Amino acid sequence: MSEKILDIKEERLSFFTPAGEVKALNGVSFTMNQGDVLGVVGESGSGKSVTAYSVMGLTAYPGKLVGGKVWFNGHEIENMKEKDFRKIRGNEVSIIFQDPMTSLNPVYTIGNQIVEVIRLHTDKNKADAWARAKELLELVGINEPEKRLKQYPHELSGGMRQRVMIAIALACEPKLLIADEPTTALDVTIQAQILELMQDLRKKLGMSIIMITHDLGVVASMCEKIAVMYAGHIVEYGTTDEIFYQPGHEYTKGLINSIPKLNTAEHERLVPIEGTPVDLLNPPAGCPFAPRCKNCMKICLSKMPPRTELSDTHYTYCWLQQKAAFEKGEKAE
Amino acid sequence: MENIKKNPLSLQLNAEDFLPASNEEKQSLVVMRESVNFWKDGIRRLKKNKIAMVSFVFIIAIAIFAYLLPAVWPYSYSEQMKGSNNLKPFEYSVSEQARIDAGEKVFPHILGTDRMGRDFAVRIMMGTRVSLSVGLIASVLVLIIGATYGAVAAFAGGWVDNIMMRITDILYTIPDILLIILLGMALKDPLDKLSTQPGFKWMQTLGPNMISIFIIFALLYWVGMARIVRSQILILKESEYVTAARALGASSGRIIKKHLLTNCIGTLIVTTTLQIPASIFTESYLSFIGLGVAAPLPSLGSLATDAVKGMNTYPHLLIAPALMISVMILVFNLFGDGLRDAFDPKLKN
Amino acid sequence: MAKYIIKRVAMGIFSIFIVATVTFFVMNLVPGGPFVAEKSISAAAQQALAEKYGLDKPLGVQYVNYMESLLHGDLGLSLRQRGRTVNQIIASKLPVSCRLAGIAVVVALCVGIPLGCISAYNRGKWLDNVIIVFATCGIAIPSFISSVLLLYQFGMNMKVLPTVGLNSAAAYIMPVTALAIYPSAYITRLMRSSLLDVMGQDYMRTARAKGVSQFMILFKHALRNAILPVITYVGPMLASLMTGSFVVEKIFSVPGLGRDFVSAITNRDYTMIMGTTILLSSMVIIANVIVDILYKIIDPRIKLQ
Repeated sequence: MSEKILDIKEERLSFFTPAGEVKALNGVSFTMNQGDVLGVVGESGSGKSVTAYSVMGLTAYPGKLVGGKVWFNGHEIENMKEKDFRKIRGNEVSIIFQDPMTSLNPVYTIGNQIVEVIRLHTDKNKADAWARAKELLELVGINEPEKRLKQYPHELSGGMRQRVMIAIALACEPKLLIADEPTTALDVTIQAQILELMQDLRKKLGMSIIMITHDLGVVASMCEKIAVMYAGHIVEYGTTDEIFYQPGHEYTKGLINSIPKLNTAEHERLVPIEGTPVDLLNPPAGCPFAPRCKNCMKICLSKMPPRTELSDTHYTYCWLQQKAAFEKGEKAE
Repeated sequence: MENIKKNPLSLQLNAEDFLPASNEEKQSLVVMRESVNFWKDGIRRLKKNKIAMVSFVFIIAIAIFAYLLPAVWPYSYSEQMKGSNNLKPFEYSVSEQARIDAGEKVFPHILGTDRMGRDFAVRIMMGTRVSLSVGLIASVLVLIIGATYGAVAAFAGGWVDNIMMRITDILYTIPDILLIILLGMALKDPLDKLSTQPGFKWMQTLGPNMISIFIIFALLYWVGMARIVRSQILILKESEYVTAARALGASSGRIIKKHLLTNCIGTLIVTTTLQIPASIFTESYLSFIGLGVAAPLPSLGSLATDAVKGMNTYPHLLIAPALMISVMILVFNLFGDGLRDAFDPKLKN
Repeated sequence: MAKYIIKRVAMGIFSIFIVATVTFFVMNLVPGGPFVAEKSISAAAQQALAEKYGLDKPLGVQYVNYMESLLHGDLGLSLRQRGRTVNQIIASKLPVSCRLAGIAVVVALCVGIPLGCISAYNRGKWLDNVIIVFATCGIAIPSFISSVLLLYQFGMNMKVLPTVGLNSAAAYIMPVTALAIYPSAYITRLMRSSLLDVMGQDYMRTARAKGVSQFMILFKHALRNAILPVITYVGPMLASLMTGSFVVEKIFSVPGLGRDFVSAITNRDYTMIMGTTILLSSMVIIANVIVDILYKIIDPRIKLQ
């Protein structure tokens, strides 16, 4: 079948701030195959972006990898030298950021910024690189590419700039594209356009995509697999159908209940998840979601739940699943 | 099921573990960090900043040195002792030596004496007092004028704002030191005359030059402050939480007091504090080129100028005021930086 | 763009006009004439002198006359350096001052920008701390203090550097150092904070994600953005150098315009004060206008606003 492209094992990452060690990732593991589209969902601060950035080696100061292994396309990321790492970035793996308004350098033209990445990773000469840049702009659906290449970022709209960011990311036909909330900062109509474009490009180019978002609607339409993150843990992982129709973790259930549905009665209220996210400076000993969980049990407060396999492709970390199995087991005995 | 059996943890489980947890138990896990208000938060951060706290201690020490110590010092800054001219530090004049030999106690001239036989330590104290006073009063003047001007411009808006800001634009590009020197010259004589008139005698105790320095600062130095205040108020006026407050029916007075003032105050404090060293610098500069306070009142700048002529023989007369000026500017700068880090929310992160 | 330049230049000219007017009237606020102090001159001679320099006419007429000749670039006769025009004095002294200030500007930029970059790049490490300490102290030492201390230490104590004039390369060391300390320290701090600010921007992350090398990130992506605040400092820097040069030139006996300005003040040489004030203000104002225009060229974002 398709070959493995990304393998993250027990990744731990902390930010060493003056206030103490903020444990942003607490043992994150997942694998991806060539051509997979993985959605990573979770609220702000759950570690979605940190996971993706660590694959790119973009972990911001004062963050540091403190454990685990990250393997990408034949490279052991955690042992890689900065010089070798540079050759992968923008080439084999590239990223689209959340805010297209601030992600382009304001003092250089669009063309200059696209050509830069092409010339870094290929041996194209200047003219060829500019021709390629023009091709890329056409690919991402920007009209009058010749004119746009000579313009500065501030002369373009937000949607256009995100298209430029996508063009930069795709310039060297990466194996893996990380999209860090690519539509959050855009208008709703533009969001749909950008998502459609990304789906189109995936069909054309066949790269794998990690789609980071807190918008379940986005993952439902784009992704085959979903990882739900909470407080630096992947609390549930499965195919899109499994996550949406048989959610195993209370947090996932909460997330799904908090999206508006078209088919429910008008008077039905949305169900928010009560409480605030955990303080990663002092993470609780048990399940991090326990204090906000409606069905919280005594054990949840003291012990981290073990992994429960719900199917070949679906697993979760929740004591309730263990409880179900435990009760079944007691009956059987 | 198979999975569970293999899991070593499951062996230690019992049914009790799966009882629902109470709300209290859940809450005990939620560590809420203490919520603090603007002032507490700022002061806490300021206290953590070692450099700022050391600077603050220095500022207090300098203030005591300048305002309290001269009162208990056995010598006065204008007293010219005969035969005590140009003494080195801790040196005694012939008559003082005679008194010591007679068993009297004589307070040493820690920094020696100057050409006129005046105790130099107390002159430095008085000079520091003058510089510090000028720095503080000038900064308050700048604060009042600049903040008022900026606030009026921001609230008036339209063409009034436009004209007022054009005026500051022009003043901003003009090198102020030239106008300060010019004004210093021009104001000297009229103020000298005015101070001899009845009703203006108080000016003599302060010194006409000191007053002309204040007038100059009030006329020219407020431009930066006015710009900062105006832009702050404009940002706040446009901000959504002020719109929200207005939509909720808050009165203008409440909005100004509750939102604009509390948000501006950090910037005002910081800018005023950082104005102090700038004012101290300008005063000492003017005194150095002979346009500062008049004799016999010493200023650190004029003490330094006087010492330049004899610096080969009496270097301490130069180094002491020079060091004092630099230390004052340094500690106020450092303290101002600390205040900015602590109180200016824009730079919070 | 053209419209902006015209507007900016017009405002600059207006500023110069304001300076000239204010200077003129402030000057005349001072009671008594420039010759009153000279007791050796009789009343009749004073009258003759006043007539010669046009000081007997009403103030309004004097103002119109002065402004008219100013338009022609004529700054009048010096009242103290008899027989020389202010233009002649400036022409002979200005190059000296400009050379001194020019070298100080170059030194300040060459010291400040790299130090600021090094400091920002090593944020939080000991090198950063050392640089910050030096920069903070540099800002606290006024040029008149640093020049007398330098003069005392290297000129008189150690006798390694000449103390008077600018006749050799070594003679430049002390005055240039005294002038450059403050701007170097200021630029270091400015560069550091601006570079730190830029390094936290999203587009720097983009550059890293593209696989750009550290070197190119600094020189291509960060510096061009971070240098902008330093460019705006050029105007204030000239003003501060001028402030410094007044005393530095006097202390080191450099035959420049700054020293002449200070002696003109003490001698009450009105036309000389007027001439130098207008000239120096104009230089700073023009520099400010150029910087403003330059800023718009370097930062493409500003054009639209």
